[in-house]
Amino acid sequence: MNATTATIPFETRSAATGAVPLESSADWSPSKGVVGMTCLIIAESAIFTIFVVAYLYYLGKDLSGPTPRQVLDLPILNSICLLSSSATITFALRSLRNGNTKKFNFWWLVTIALGAYFLLGTGREWHHLIHDKGLTIQTNLFGTTFYSLVGLHASHVIIGLLALSIVMAFAITGAVKREHAERVHVLGLYWHFVDVVWVVVFTVVYIIGR
Amino acid sequence: MNGTLTTGDISGATALGSIAATEKTVFDHIHSWLVTVDHKRLGLMYIIYALVFFVVAGIEASLIRIQLAAPNNHFLSPQVFNQLFTMHGTTMVFLVGMPMIFGFANYLVPLMIGARDLAFPRLNAFGFWLSVFGGLLLYFSFIGGEGMTGAGSAPDVGWFAYAPLTGKAFSKGHSTDYWILGIMIGGFGSIATAANIITTILCMRCRGMTLAKMPLLAWLNLIMCGMVLIAVSPLTAAQIMLLLDRFAGSHFFDTQAGGSATLWMHFFWIFGHPEVYVLIIPAFAFASEIIPVFSRKAIFGYPVMVGATLAIAFVSLSVWAHHMFTIGMSSTSNTFFAVSTMMVGIPTGIKIFNWLGTMWGGKLRFDTPMLFSTAFLFQFLIAGLTGIMLAAAPFNWQLNDSYFVIAHFHFVLVGALIFMIFAAVYYWFPKATGRLLSERFGKWHFWLFLIGFHMTFVTMHIPGILGMPRRIYTYEAGRGWGIWNLICTIGVAFQVIGTLIFVINILLSLRKGRPAGNDPWDAWTLEWSTSSPPPEYNFAEIPAVKSRRPLWDIKHPSDPDWKYE
Repeated sequence: MNATTATIPFETRSAATGAVPLESSADWSPSKGVVGMTCLIIAESAIFTIFVVAYLYYLGKDLSGPTPRQVLDLPILNSICLLSSSATITFALRSLRNGNTKKFNFWWLVTIALGAYFLLGTGREWHHLIHDKGLTIQTNLFGTTFYSLVGLHASHVIIGLLALSIVMAFAITGAVKREHAERVHVLGLYWHFVDVVWVVVFTVVYIIGR
Repeated sequence: MNGTLTTGDISGATALGSIAATEKTVFDHIHSWLVTVDHKRLGLMYIIYALVFFVVAGIEASLIRIQLAAPNNHFLSPQVFNQLFTMHGTTMVFLVGMPMIFGFANYLVPLMIGARDLAFPRLNAFGFWLSVFGGLLLYFSFIGGEGMTGAGSAPDVGWFAYAPLTGKAFSKGHSTDYWILGIMIGGFGSIATAANIITTILCMRCRGMTLAKMPLLAWLNLIMCGMVLIAVSPLTAAQIMLLLDRFAGSHFFDTQAGGSATLWMHFFWIFGHPEVYVLIIPAFAFASEIIPVFSRKAIFGYPVMVGATLAIAFVSLSVWAHHMFTIGMSSTSNTFFAVSTMMVGIPTGIKIFNWLGTMWGGKLRFDTPMLFSTAFLFQFLIAGLTGIMLAAAPFNWQLNDSYFVIAHFHFVLVGALIFMIFAAVYYWFPKATGRLLSERFGKWHFWLFLIGFHMTFVTMHIPGILGMPRRIYTYEAGRGWGIWNLICTIGVAFQVIGTLIFVINILLSLRKGRPAGNDPWDAWTLEWSTSSPPPEYNFAEIPAVKSRRPLWDIKHPSDPDWKYE
């Protein structure tokens, strides 16, 4: 009955393989960062889905104006900027993997600039809607759903920009090197997600909803 | 009895770890718990946190039952009654159920898959402290619900907080805001921890442990965490909308301005129903580990168990509107949600048969964990059967919002989940503390709680069928409900005494319990291969496995499992 007290050795210990690596080496072992970020993206997608459902559910149910068709303009340039930032962040990551940190810094900065321009565009659009068209979140159901859905996306852009800027600060001091490509790639996944959400928001708000 | 087991260098490494612990003050100990990122300590803190709130919510339930014990009772005012049932439900789901299952997942998953910690230890600590902050924020409402200047008031909108009651016009003050923010912050913690556990399971299994060789507990927690990602986020989204309604003047759930109260119901139950499975799947996980060990047989139908759990998770995402049959949906919707709800019964039935198949012909040992597991099987079956009754839309029209529904879901959450949590505490307590809980106290706890549970919740079906609605603070004599309510309340006394014995058992056994050794139950999964309590790094050397029962292989080298799997 010594099974209850003895520490049980594993037969593989005698396999003379030297030091066992800290990380496991199971049959399929993806990057932790990628899996973790994927989980976050799944959860965020569920949040956005609920907001999109609310937007579509309340579409055309307003008791008073203004309606989307009366006040919304297509944010074409804005959308081009945000979507192309997905390309520039890919260029940046490719440069980093090749060890070209100068090129990485350049493309990373371009990505931040494009994201910031998008945010500026959203700000201008909101200013126009609030001051010229008199549409606030309290005005009607359109205002309620529009500002919350676009605002939720914009807040994700802000968080993304903050994270990108932190990496930029490190990059300027030369701290971001080739071996960090995997970590930076995880942040890139978030940025791609923010862009993909914009495609959905654009379609729902400016194409279906208008 | 198990041949020649030699002491490896794991125990040597354990001694190394304890040297540093000699010259520490009490303050150092508290500090080390506050700043810890160790999954075992965080797991224990989750469980203790949940047990504390279990007692708090149990007191709330007892007060509710005292009020309802007799007709025309005025022990509680209607306002306090509303606050108590809101806080009881909210606490039990969000501050007991969720931290409890995450506590066990935290503690057990790395040990069972042969890892040294979760994938993101600091994120783990962050998730835990978020949950604590959310819980404290919710309870702060008792003193701060009207703002610091007025008398406090806890939320009183019910645990599912239906609109438009939660609107600014009907819920003045800040008690509802505490409900929203407390739960939302806890939700962020849940999502962070779920992502952490998924990453750990997918990326950090030890050598040889393919997905098909994982212990079922790890599989079921993987599925549970996936559901948390999909199910908790809709509640967060709906709560953001409600906050905007209350603070920014938007109109999501404001029926005066064209908003929809029904939409909140949909959003809440899109969270709320999967949430039930989020809570019950870990109970399945405990049963799938405990029943085989105390039946002395490998689990029956391992792949089917995984498949059935996946099926439950999948189907449970499309059943939410069975909470809403009475709002008047189209007959197509009614049919869809009735059928999908009944379909959940198929994989669930498969699981019950598999547990029975595991016990069938086994050499059963009825220690306390097994007693609770056996009761779980019966009670979960009854919970499932009343669930199928309620899934039939016409039957539901009759009994929606009656005590029959209360009895049904308490059979799920107490009869299945709480019973399996007790089983799990008795089963893994020796691993976490190095000492066994007292079997004698355990049996008293089990029988008292079992009798009390059935007195309360079997009986509770009857006033429901007789038409007693939930959430009424009192009722007239002559309805025929009085005697049944009295029996329910007497049952609570048994449950309270049982729980007290449980708490005393824990406190006594921590000091004087029988030393457990590494493997008191002669079990087969990796957590029993390391010392009790395990060292900070769990395993001095990362193990490698060949089958689903690695310790069986070591104990029975002539007849290892991997020959047959």
